Amino acid sequence: MFSSAFWMLITGDPALYRIISLSLYVSLTATLIAALAGLPLGALLALKEFPGRNAVIVIVNALMGMPPVVVGLAVFLLLSRSGPLGSFGILFTPRAMIIAQAILITPIIAALARQTIADLWVQYRDELAAMNVGTAGSVATLLWDGRFSLLTALLAGFGRASAEVGAVIIVGGNIDGFTRTMTTAIALETSKGDLPLAIGLGAVLLLIVIAINALAWFVRRTGERLAGAT
Amino acid sequence: MRAPDSDLPLQFDRIEYRAGNRSILDIGSLTISNGAPTAVIGPNGAGKTTLLRLGMGLLEPGAGRITWGRRQHAAPVRRAFLFQRPVMLMRSAAGNIDYALASVKTPRGERKRKIAELLALVGLSGFEDRPARRLSGGEQQRLALARSLARDPEILLLDEPTASLDPAAAKSVEDVLRAVANRGVKIVLSTHDLGTARRLAGDVILLHRGRIVEHSASETFFKQPKTEEARRFQAGDLLI
Amino acid sequence: MFKLNHAIAMGLIVLGAAAGQSVLAQDKSIVLASTTSTQDSGLFGHILPLFKAKTGIEVRVISQGTGQALDTGRRGDADVVFVHAKSQEEKFVADGFGVKRSPVMYNDFVLIGPKGDPAKVNGTKDIAAALVKIKNAGAAFISRGDKSGTHSAELNLWKVAGVDIAADKGPWYRDIGQGMGAALNAASASNAYVLADRGTWLSFKNRGELLISVEGDKRLFNQYGVMLVNPAKHAHVKRELGQAFIEWLVSPEGQKAISDYKINGEQLFFPNATVPGA
Repeated sequence: MFSSAFWMLITGDPALYRIISLSLYVSLTATLIAALAGLPLGALLALKEFPGRNAVIVIVNALMGMPPVVVGLAVFLLLSRSGPLGSFGILFTPRAMIIAQAILITPIIAALARQTIADLWVQYRDELAAMNVGTAGSVATLLWDGRFSLLTALLAGFGRASAEVGAVIIVGGNIDGFTRTMTTAIALETSKGDLPLAIGLGAVLLLIVIAINALAWFVRRTGERLAGAT
Repeated sequence: MRAPDSDLPLQFDRIEYRAGNRSILDIGSLTISNGAPTAVIGPNGAGKTTLLRLGMGLLEPGAGRITWGRRQHAAPVRRAFLFQRPVMLMRSAAGNIDYALASVKTPRGERKRKIAELLALVGLSGFEDRPARRLSGGEQQRLALARSLARDPEILLLDEPTASLDPAAAKSVEDVLRAVANRGVKIVLSTHDLGTARRLAGDVILLHRGRIVEHSASETFFKQPKTEEARRFQAGDLLI
Repeated sequence: MFKLNHAIAMGLIVLGAAAGQSVLAQDKSIVLASTTSTQDSGLFGHILPLFKAKTGIEVRVISQGTGQALDTGRRGDADVVFVHAKSQEEKFVADGFGVKRSPVMYNDFVLIGPKGDPAKVNGTKDIAAALVKIKNAGAAFISRGDKSGTHSAELNLWKVAGVDIAADKGPWYRDIGQGMGAALNAASASNAYVLADRGTWLSFKNRGELLISVEGDKRLFNQYGVMLVNPAKHAHVKRELGQAFIEWLVSPEGQKAISDYKINGEQLFFPNATVPGA
């Protein structure tokens, strides 16, 4: 049954749909949170001169390659009942997975946003100064005018979040029907030797990522045409 | 409500500006008041752009004082700047003007009418929805002019506004500037085109090697220049 | 960076905790730390729905190696621990992390080997003799190496066979540090011998050239025990719900559910909650 995952997809297998929708829910929420933190941080690093700024940029760029298991382990230790935030009792829940993924991809979004915003800032800086636009106004303008490039940064973050397994399996526990995502399901099926199902799930994951990227590409192209970006 | 503070006169007092060890600009005192346009001329590297940027407040002088309406460090509320290579925001033509209108807190209800007026003034009626970055060089220059006028400035500083334009486009920009000047906006423009200076300016400043060589009324400057440099510059000799 | 993320995490937790209050109040669920063998064999897929139908309690299973599952209990990240390594379980209770150990069932280990059988052990009954032959032949052997129940059973069997595996192991002995499924995948890929629990073996699909080499030796029996994590150590442990699950497991109803679970007509786990000393 090489196509078993596709068969389940077509026949609307509820367990499979729960896995897919949990994956999307966790990674999209994590991307949203990472955007709320990463975009302003990227803008800050692009616009503001402060002591240690270059060090922060180097660190943020380095953290882009942070291994998911390391993030997973750190979040696990924080959220474990024996850890500092244990009293909230959210280890082995989707919330813990969202936190881990948000931490994982915030540096990616921040670093890519910083690059985009810095490039745009070089162009806009004098014009905005001449129009007496302050820092907050400048950030808002740069985020808005750079929105199509920033969308790519968000997608890069989402792609990494939805593809990673190391962090979610540690902090989520891969609980059937509760914290099982596509990637942890793939890891589980592989360990059970059910390679066709694992491959099928992998193909479904790939299709979803391709579909979301195609949508974003379309939005971006349309937007650029409207905004006349070059 | 109190009327906004005026940015005029614009006064330079013993200004020095350096880049590293190199002196870019070193001038005594210069006052720019209301009246006919002032043209700043001189060879490349004379310090024209630096003078304008200092006058806008985009640069801080290394030494000396710049005041706008006798206030130092006045935010650029009543003055506007047209860069030699203006940058269009990634928005429509109307969006670019709207942004400038919003920056001076023009009420939302009035913006549409003002956008139409300003586009008409620069000959871009009907261009509202065109992406600004897709316009030609000349159109962008005129849109940028409209955008700087949207801030309703008392003083408008322009860095080589006609340099990259063909003669017809340059003339249409000159016409707009003349109309704006007649409405009481003080215009200060740098140019290397003596024709532009002759046609528009009430007074002329000749800069050379960061110093003001001559500053006289236009008529005097072109008919009886006081300095050898001004005479040679007009004759087309190289000033080195 | 860390501070920022920390702040975000904190904010999230506060938000989440606030939003989750009403849900948590009526959330009848427990976290069960258990082994890969119970999960991967499909046993839980069979018995947990029965338990939920009766009590409304949802059991959320984290499947790990026995050592790791006991650690999860020790940290207080689970309410109930259900594993198979009797001496480790007794220590867990003696150290005060678990309330009381109850025996539940046993299954058995099987020695899996390649069809080619380089150590000439296929079909024999004496596991100790078979291991000695594998060692002497230098035939490839995969070890879990992950401190799981299966791993400690394997180490124990080497000891029984009189082999000091720490000193005698050579390149033929491959310690992969992973779960049962991964160990079987590795054995399948490299035609090696491997010790596996029967349940995981029966539901394992990627067998390749592998088959059961040695089975039936009573030293291959594998006892499972269940424990409530001690609420005296971790006050948040859901004592009543966890206790309800344990009591159901050892009740006639739970025991029957366990013996009813079969793969291809073959029973995998043998309930023995009532056998003294199990």
